[in-house]
Amino acid sequence: MEDRLSEMLSPYKGKRDALIPILQKVQAELGYLPDDAMCEIARTTGLPESRVFAVASFYAQFRFTPRGKHSFMVCRGTACHVRGAEKILEETERALGIVEGETTEDQEYTLETVACIGCCALAPCVMIDEDVEAKLTPKMVSEIIDRRKAK
Amino acid sequence: MTFAEIQEQAKKEWDELLNGQKPQIAVGTATCGRSAGAMAVVKAFEDGLAEKKVDASIREVGCIGPCYAEPLVNIDKPGKPTLCFKNVNPDMVTEIIDAYLLGDDPLPQYTLGTLGQGEIKGVTKILDTPSFKPQERRVFRLCGIIDPTNINHYIANQGYEGLHKALSTMTQQDVVDVMKASGLRGRGGGGFPAGRKWEAGLAAKGTPKYVVCNADEGDPGAFMDRAVIEGDPHSVLEGMIIAGYTIGAETGYIYVRAEYPLAIRRLERAIAQAHEKGFLGKNIMGTDFNFEIKIFPGAGAFVCGESTALTLSIEGKRGMPRVAPRPRTTEIGLYDKPTLLNNVKSFSSAPMIITKGAEWFASVGTEKSTGTAIFALTGKVNNCGLIEVPMGITLREIIYDIGGGVSDGGTFKAVQTGGPSGGCLPASLLDTPIDYDSLDEAGSIMGSGGMVVMDEKTCMVDVARYFLDFTVIESCGQCVPCRLGTKELLEVLKEICAGKGRKQDLDLLYELSLAIHAGSICGLGQTAANPVLTTLRYFMDEYEAHILEKRCPAKVCKSLISFVIQEDKCVGCGICAKSCPVNAISGEKKKVHVIDQSICVQCGVCQEKCPAKFSAVDCVSPRIKAEVPEKV
Repeated sequence: MEDRLSEMLSPYKGKRDALIPILQKVQAELGYLPDDAMCEIARTTGLPESRVFAVASFYAQFRFTPRGKHSFMVCRGTACHVRGAEKILEETERALGIVEGETTEDQEYTLETVACIGCCALAPCVMIDEDVEAKLTPKMVSEIIDRRKAK
Repeated sequence: MTFAEIQEQAKKEWDELLNGQKPQIAVGTATCGRSAGAMAVVKAFEDGLAEKKVDASIREVGCIGPCYAEPLVNIDKPGKPTLCFKNVNPDMVTEIIDAYLLGDDPLPQYTLGTLGQGEIKGVTKILDTPSFKPQERRVFRLCGIIDPTNINHYIANQGYEGLHKALSTMTQQDVVDVMKASGLRGRGGGGFPAGRKWEAGLAAKGTPKYVVCNADEGDPGAFMDRAVIEGDPHSVLEGMIIAGYTIGAETGYIYVRAEYPLAIRRLERAIAQAHEKGFLGKNIMGTDFNFEIKIFPGAGAFVCGESTALTLSIEGKRGMPRVAPRPRTTEIGLYDKPTLLNNVKSFSSAPMIITKGAEWFASVGTEKSTGTAIFALTGKVNNCGLIEVPMGITLREIIYDIGGGVSDGGTFKAVQTGGPSGGCLPASLLDTPIDYDSLDEAGSIMGSGGMVVMDEKTCMVDVARYFLDFTVIESCGQCVPCRLGTKELLEVLKEICAGKGRKQDLDLLYELSLAIHAGSICGLGQTAANPVLTTLRYFMDEYEAHILEKRCPAKVCKSLISFVIQEDKCVGCGICAKSCPVNAISGEKKKVHVIDQSICVQCGVCQEKCPAKFSAVDCVSPRIKAEVPEKV
């Protein structure tokens, strides 16, 4: 991993203002931000480690623990809320057997909520990786999960 | 190539496309279309056309607005107006090819209507329907019409004409004057006059200067910025380039949410194409003006919609608003340099203001709020989607005419505008005209344009709690009134929803709200209590029902409701018992089932699963007390 990391970071030597793009790039490659990687980012950019951690922990996008192969994001936007997002989340938690923020034991799914994915007219919806599943009912959630498992 | 030559070439391509002998199929494949299955529809058309040897071309376009009818497919046959098919699925595609492309049957039952000149017998004209008639498409003029990945489509429709006009015939001050005369107010929600901002950007001392486009659309319930970028990305670029010329900047940033991957891809492609045509880069259109645009994918922080936080975020810092006395971003912004920061729709409006003039822009709208407003009309309304209307239209016209009224036969209760910083307005204010000042007076805000309709099944206390939940998570934590005040508000609201509210809580909510408003540093904090203040103002009866009667009128708050099986309706099929996650339901087959209230967690699965023909599970509030089982 170290080689990969230093190769990834090589164009950013001393580039302090590129911190957020760097964090995004590292996370895209590694799936999350391990402590070692953040220390390496601090060394490369010349920023204090505290600053790297401060910025990474401020933004919702960054994660510090490994994640499942797929992300399962339940939208909690206003339109989804009034159309029953709470029930969609509960059903997803039941179907996957985990609660918000956790990863399934087989490392397939990480369940998260998102403030809004901007598909409000098709509420309630979830985003699985980059695919949006729209106009859901709790019943459809288990069907979607079963369908994906069968693949 | 000169601009005139580029334009001529583009117009030729566009004319051939529209007036050629081949039928044209346009499928809406913005994020909303895709989530409704548009990509499968594209595939079905490709396969179907190949199989039946039909010579027609397919193009992917953005969103024309009526999301409720997605996936949308527009078909242009030579000599006919555009026929718009709604809710298309792959099975319908075969039928459409056979009936309309090979034959001449327009399948009226599948259509939304026709667009453009001429008519097709038996099909309504879309622009004559109550849903479209009040609309005025300006920012959205090309969304859903052009292929957003083809710059020539934009150029053929007056694209980059504004930039050409500005660079070849106008001074920087001329552009400022036109922008000021247009009366355009910042479309991000604040409503600050755009022309005055551009003037301050021009006047600001210091170099380099920057142009920043705020596409960090974080309001839950708003997605128009995404639609504009996905459907017409060049309009945003052109507006930014004109702004760069006006204030003397050479670099622009688009701060766009990382949750919008398609929008980012469309922007990247548009930027590359603008470079190829010489609209970006060095010596733009043969002048000595240079301009570059970079994309900055935001990392997810609602507060970064605030201008000082956004610029700090681009610098690689925590997005925390600068502390008062805050300098104007036009003087001290990105990297402490003069920065012109506007919303997507403000930039996107600029090219047409330059091309068609300030008077054209101000020809619709009200005196103090000119032009059009874009709303994401969602929630409990029949026709969900993006709408563009002249400022000054009433809430009633939007919800009942354009939106087609409340969905599922519900009764209108409230409309929420402006997202977490806005408020909930009741039925008595339905005739309020939509403009910055009227909404402000009613206790809400225009905001970025989210408009969520709520019906009798929406609990207003729960809505206030929902928004505070959001604000608590998104508060940057810098100032005490916002960090702790919103948390306290949320705790009180949670108690009320849990049936533990006290009468004095109402005063506490009110006082806390005012203190948060008065003491917070930035707009996020200052407006954080708006959802509480407006629900207290207009829906006090619901708060009182929760506190005094322990009753949730909308039957939403779990601690105040019970599910019961109605004896006269239950046939004992046992579906509810099998699906109950906590095994609270018991009963013999073909006998009436009973829910044990001491075990029930009010998840509502039994009500959901009970077959519609029985509908035996009822929800009641206040709660039924759990019966203590008799000892046998």
